[in-house]
Amino acid sequence: MNYWPLIGVAVVIAGFALKRNAVLVVVAAGVTSALAAGMSIGDLLALLGNAFVSNRALLLFTLTLPVIGLLERYGLRERAEAWVAGFRSLSLARLLIAYLGGRQLLAMFGLIDLGGHAQTVRPLLAPMSEAAASRDCRLDDAERVRVLSLAAATDNVGRFFGEDVFLAFGAVLLIQGFYERNGIHLEPMQIALWALPTAICAFVIHALRIVFVARTLAARQREVAAARVDGAPS
Amino acid sequence: MSAAIRIEYIFWLVAALLAICAFKNLAERRWAMAAFWGVIACAFAFGELIRAASAAGQRGPAQAMGAGVIALGLLAMGGSRAAVPGAADPPAADIGNRLFLPALAIPLATLVIVLVAPWLHVFGMPLIDASQPTLVALGLACVIALAAALRTTGARVGEAFSEGRRLLDALGSVALLPMVLATLGSVFAATGVGDVIAHIVGMTIPIDNRLACLAAFAFGMVVFTMIMGNAFAAFPVMMAGIGVPLLVVKHGALPAVLGSLGMLTGYCGTLLTPMAANFNIVPAVLLELPDQYAVIRAQIPTALILLCINVALMALLVFR
Repeated sequence: MNYWPLIGVAVVIAGFALKRNAVLVVVAAGVTSALAAGMSIGDLLALLGNAFVSNRALLLFTLTLPVIGLLERYGLRERAEAWVAGFRSLSLARLLIAYLGGRQLLAMFGLIDLGGHAQTVRPLLAPMSEAAASRDCRLDDAERVRVLSLAAATDNVGRFFGEDVFLAFGAVLLIQGFYERNGIHLEPMQIALWALPTAICAFVIHALRIVFVARTLAARQREVAAARVDGAPS
Repeated sequence: MSAAIRIEYIFWLVAALLAICAFKNLAERRWAMAAFWGVIACAFAFGELIRAASAAGQRGPAQAMGAGVIALGLLAMGGSRAAVPGAADPPAADIGNRLFLPALAIPLATLVIVLVAPWLHVFGMPLIDASQPTLVALGLACVIALAAALRTTGARVGEAFSEGRRLLDALGSVALLPMVLATLGSVFAATGVGDVIAHIVGMTIPIDNRLACLAAFAFGMVVFTMIMGNAFAAFPVMMAGIGVPLLVVKHGALPAVLGSLGMLTGYCGTLLTPMAANFNIVPAVLLELPDQYAVIRAQIPTALILLCINVALMALLVFR
């Protein structure tokens, strides 16, 4: 067994640890791994080129940028904030948990690309979360990062642990196809159903974390509000 | 099977957007950024030709693209991240809540197109490419939403592309990271990195203990997913190395449960790794967070708790 291609993994880890430009690190790791495996330059270039072109779908999100950019220039974020500010009862926890549940359910029906960081999180969910979390006073920088990263994390968790329950999703078909090639016949339904317990656990755990973060933030908001009332001239 | 609107046409739209971005940078003498977007635009414009040539045994075009990928790595290092100034005067007109409609049009139009696509036919062929309906629908939805946004705001098309370019330049090389990481995954698969890892894990566990095998399988799924940034890449490797020979054949694990929960164990790893850049790094940059790892940090507790529960579920449900 040839262990040398593992150098590519080492290059990735070292490059990320040293905070070099990530694209450069990844390309260097690929080249290193291929050369260590004894691949010729011609094979290496063809492999890189074909693999790169095969993964074009990953850059499709850029098509949303002109729309999002234009709408933001005309005040989309401010609108989203104002809209949430109008609903006193829409707390950060309710907003994010509703998004989490909705994202999971839609993903279960295969509607994975309805939401996403470019499509829904940046233009809508992020400003709404920020507005819902800062009803009494502005968030400080650390709190702001916490709210926004939690919103992005919520999108990921909802997507990942919903899509696996969808029958025609790549993961289910990949599992089924793998077993088929190994002489084990399974129906996609059998595989997809076993993803349900984890999907439910994922919802409960992440929802609890959202509540926890929201409480911590709300506690400071109340403190500030109370201080303002106390200190206000009568 | 051919279709009236193939995914390739959507890729050409991306090529056009990237080309505009390249030309705008060229006009401002930002050479590295112009070349960077230009090379990627080529991948989108000529992707189908490159793959067709490879399938026909001509390796030249793919090799040229491979050289392009290496050039992208070098350009990414040199490209300046100096922010492109936004247009000077933000428009004052208050458009109100109508501004939401174009934003919501992206998910809603995607949904509608996916749902009605099976019934739409033109000249006896399906309107939408049936192999990737959501991606085609997303592309079309962006066009529809752009039209709606231009109508609502009364802006010019050029303004939309300037804003799109500003966001794209702000993302910079991070936008490309998901694609090069997936490319790296293919390289690792081709050079046998996965087999080596499965081999090492297989050598170090007591194979007669079924829980030790299960723990090694779960650990391998998480670690290998973190290295590859993708549970799909880890799954066949760990299944072939440990899952099928040791757990299913030797210890009689139920394949359906093992497959499903094994994959989800890998997903916990996806939440933890910068290698899954499109989920973990791109959003941090899109949301303009000071720390690129902020989203991963927010996910660590959920991922670790869920991982433990998932392994416990496997231990309970897999052996009958």
